[in-house]
Amino acid sequence: MAISTLIGASIKRREDPELITGTGGFVDDLPQTGLVHMYVVRSTEPHARILGIDTARARQADGVLAVFTGKELASEFQSPLPVTVSFVPEKKYPPHYPIATDRVRYVGEPVAIVLAQSRAAAEDAAERLDIRYESLPPVVDMEKAIAPGAPVLHDELGSNLAYDVKRAGGDIEAAFRDADVRISQRIRQQRLIPVAVEPRGVVADYKPFANALTVWSSTQIPHFVKVWLAVILGIPESQVRVVAPDVGGGFGSKIRVYPEEVLAALASRKLGRRVKWIEDRSENMKATHHGRAQIWDVEVAARKDGTVLGVRATQYLDLGAYCSQFGTFQAIALLLIQGPYKLQAWDGRGIGVYTNKTPTDAYRGAGRPEATYIIERVMDLVAQATGVDPAAVRRKNFIRQEEQPFTSLMGLTYDSGDYSTTLDKALEMVSYQQLRKEQAEKRKQGKHVGIGLSTYLEICGLGPSVATTAAAGIGFWGMAVLNLHFTGKATLVIGSSPHGQGHETPFAQIVAETLGLPLEDIDVVHGDTAIGPMGMDTYGSRSASVDGTAVYLSAVKVREKARKIAAHLLEAAEEDVVYENGKAYVKGSPTKAVTIQEITGAAFQPHRLPAGMEGGLDETTFFNPPNFVWPFGAHIAVVEIDDETGRVQIQRYVAVDDCGTRLNPLIVDGQIHGGIAQGIGQALFEDGVYGEDGQLKTGTLVDYLIPTASDLPMFETESLVTPSPTNPLGVKGIGEAGTIASTAAVMNAVADALSPFGVKDIDMPASPQKLWHLMHKNGGSKR
Amino acid sequence: MIPASFDYIAVKTVPEAVAELAKHGDESKLLAGGHSLIPLMKLRLSTPSFVVDIGRVKDLNYIRRTDGHIAFGALTTHHDIEFSDLVKEQLPLLASAASQIGDPQVRNRGTMGGAAAHADPSGDYPTCLLTLDAEFDVVGPNGRRVIKASDFFVGTFTSALQPDEVLTEIRVPAPPAGTRGTYLKFSRRSQDWAIVAVAAQATVKDRKFQEIRIGLTSMGGTPLRASAVEAALRGKSADADTIRKAAEKAAEGTDPPQDLNGSPDYRRHLATVLTRRALEQLTAGR
Ligand SMILES: Cc1cc2nc3c(=O)[nH]c(=O)nc-3n(C[C@H](O)[C@H](O)[C@H](O)COP(=O)(O)OP(=O)(O)OC[C@H]3O[C@@H](n4cnc5c(N)ncnc54)[C@H](O)[C@@H]3O)c2cc1C
Repeated sequence: MAISTLIGASIKRREDPELITGTGGFVDDLPQTGLVHMYVVRSTEPHARILGIDTARARQADGVLAVFTGKELASEFQSPLPVTVSFVPEKKYPPHYPIATDRVRYVGEPVAIVLAQSRAAAEDAAERLDIRYESLPPVVDMEKAIAPGAPVLHDELGSNLAYDVKRAGGDIEAAFRDADVRISQRIRQQRLIPVAVEPRGVVADYKPFANALTVWSSTQIPHFVKVWLAVILGIPESQVRVVAPDVGGGFGSKIRVYPEEVLAALASRKLGRRVKWIEDRSENMKATHHGRAQIWDVEVAARKDGTVLGVRATQYLDLGAYCSQFGTFQAIALLLIQGPYKLQAWDGRGIGVYTNKTPTDAYRGAGRPEATYIIERVMDLVAQATGVDPAAVRRKNFIRQEEQPFTSLMGLTYDSGDYSTTLDKALEMVSYQQLRKEQAEKRKQGKHVGIGLSTYLEICGLGPSVATTAAAGIGFWGMAVLNLHFTGKATLVIGSSPHGQGHETPFAQIVAETLGLPLEDIDVVHGDTAIGPMGMDTYGSRSASVDGTAVYLSAVKVREKARKIAAHLLEAAEEDVVYENGKAYVKGSPTKAVTIQEITGAAFQPHRLPAGMEGGLDETTFFNPPNFVWPFGAHIAVVEIDDETGRVQIQRYVAVDDCGTRLNPLIVDGQIHGGIAQGIGQALFEDGVYGEDGQLKTGTLVDYLIPTASDLPMFETESLVTPSPTNPLGVKGIGEAGTIASTAAVMNAVADALSPFGVKDIDMPASPQKLWHLMHKNGGSKR
Repeated sequence: MIPASFDYIAVKTVPEAVAELAKHGDESKLLAGGHSLIPLMKLRLSTPSFVVDIGRVKDLNYIRRTDGHIAFGALTTHHDIEFSDLVKEQLPLLASAASQIGDPQVRNRGTMGGAAAHADPSGDYPTCLLTLDAEFDVVGPNGRRVIKASDFFVGTFTSALQPDEVLTEIRVPAPPAGTRGTYLKFSRRSQDWAIVAVAAQATVKDRKFQEIRIGLTSMGGTPLRASAVEAALRGKSADADTIRKAAEKAAEGTDPPQDLNGSPDYRRHLATVLTRRALEQLTAGR
């Protein structure tokens, strides 16, 4: 590309003035007139048969228009909620309908809906419902769930086992045979609750004569919601419009078609009224899907010089009560364990389990944080067992630059990168050798200092249509429509659906740079299925590399057409015309130029166009990338653990990320900061805990601890840039990298700090109480 | 998360509030800063049918020195206490505790009277007020009465206030010159409730503890005094060894709760650590 001025500039997000002055428009801010409010009555039982629901008293309550039970709505669904392949085509799963009819399987599952003049009236009426349950024994623990004799959630499946699959490459027997060191370790990924700052919300408006449905939803995937509402409710897809207005965060929790979207639409169709449902935080904690919830049993074969030969592991994935839309996506970890390392063999087994808990699905990173966590813990376990420094272990095992593009044991092709570069940079930033000396000194003084490394490799840019169809069941691509108006202003419609990331700014930068248009002349539109063709929405750090490329290619197409028009206007040969900074001129005479605005004007006057050329300046691109993109980086956490209280204090946090070309470094940094915070949340604070009775014990933000700014250290961030060869901009992805890297960095540091106590691995979160017990109670004695 | 329906009145004076409470009886609730009551109502754990808002009553928001006391109007906010020069100078324990309650919104809305009346065993003020031997001015249908702190915190979320009474003023004895105080709160995140907290106020003269007060938060169903520690220190030398030994007694006679963040064992241990650290802080340089 030509010399960049706008691509790569740290321009402030154009979304922010509205958002930070409270003038944005979220679902709850939509015009309020004529609304009917829906309240979803949810199961208070983790596992029970519904014997009956008496709705008479609720129907008579003030302000109530209707009450529907699951039984009364069941015949309206023409399809259950969607379930995608998501890396496990072998899985068994039951049909999952938006509302329970005769049996409930998790606390929070919808059992009835109340429609009333106000939300308050609906909630009051809900208390008057008489629901009779016959309790069934709850299945909470994953391992007990698949033990013989366990109560079964879905009778038709015969057991709680959704799948038991193998994903392997290389000769694992040989790896273990050749090993000097063999390690086995159980490693847990606790259940996490995504807690987007804006809970979900839906407004549905069905127009009976047109058989047309408009739904505003706080979703990451308006285009998919459109398709599925059409399928489930039997409305032609052309008659369904879904709008994602401002959306206050998702982190994967808004990546699926939810029961409430269907229920609100259905209620609107039944009542002929506009129906609104807003999720409150209490609902959000149990009705919106959870993440992670895995147990890993890991065995490692290594040489005493730190070379990791092979890894064998079983991933137990707690799917919760039903298989969610991308419920098995986290099994992607079985394909990615290898990370940036050159293992000889990988032998993975995946086991999916149903339990009486909220379904799990994608949560920031979705399978990649898990893969990174496991392999990064493995690197440290090998370092601990062999006495080789953790940085050296990583260096020894890194894939080398000259081996790129490297094909992994699972047949994935890495795109580019010298993985040692980010590690070297991070080590330099913390003065690693010096730091290790200080650690040794402090240990002598009885202080528990730990240094944790995490050198991750991430896959993103979903993605190649063929590959994603095979793996995820849907072919992904990028989409952008660039449309120049008569006056030379531009509208850019993108296929991604940002929900806090700030796509509008960098995507406008791409167009401004390519066409030489002023940044403010480009309006970026997203999240409305009535505008533009099908888009693939936003998840998995895909938008910049895939939709961003579509934006770029559309701009290039517009530029090329503009050049042709300019040649005609300038009465010159096309190849003699230079297009630069929004102007076209004949080579050598830049003073006699036509501007893009003049060219656009001509584009709408057919007589001024070359013969045979169609009018207008608008171009649509569907970009199907040839491969995924593979960002990588190195994070280092330095922690000190208070011997007396067990509290972890992060003293330094250094992150060096390589996400290819940075379209807007300010946004890249923001994504890294937020991601690190979220990953630290998993390491130190967050825990979705269920009691043996199947009740969620951390159902409020008093008990479920998301980190806040005052609980976090300063982040020292640096970037390296290895452009991806997969797309013309060279961009990779940065939406999840922070989360993927930081959990392992912090937990490796905590484990390092506690290694004198003989500690090898710590279940997350590393709470003060847990660490104190490890240091002083559970036989933990200093070597 | 919408409260059950209720009627509401904003009163202008204390007698008016007392009259409204008398009229509506057990079904009514006073509303001050609302930062305990409203969350409970939204979860429908509290469903008063009548809410009497005293937030606009004049002359209940003050901090002043009276004869031998510092007096706080019941509506004084946590924020005002945190930043009051008088409190910082005379009762640094209270300023320190106030600065660690919740987050800025909570500190701007929550009141000392509300926090005391709410009698949460993991609340920060109740422990401080017990530790400081505060007294509580209460007005009811039969006029005014004064309750001592040792009688005020009766049980978990239960104070000695009757449903028809309004707490109007809280008075804390002004300590001798040179008294120091601190509140050490241990929680997972900065804005959280205490897993355990220790309130300490000490007057050290000639390297001896002349006066010593220590209180414990979240170590039982009510705020507690660490009497064994106080006894072990009163009149004793303010040296590291004495402090360490005394602090070991911090959990004596307590019955700490079990929850996700702390086992009783862990809480007992934290109480001794925080007590020692608080005492070290108060005696540093003396
Ligand atoms: C997010 C959050 C975090 C918090 N964190 C902490 C914390 O870390 N530490 C802590 O100690 N507290 C914390 N709190 C509670 C906070 O301090 C409350 O402000 C306080 O407990 C109650 O004060 P209020 O004025 O808001 O009372 P309200 O909520 O208005 O009332 C509380 C109760 O007291 C009664 N009442 C109020 N005023 C009077 C009066 N004058 N006479 C008689 N009865 C009265 C009410 O009827 C009600 O029963 C937190 C609250 C929130 C929402």
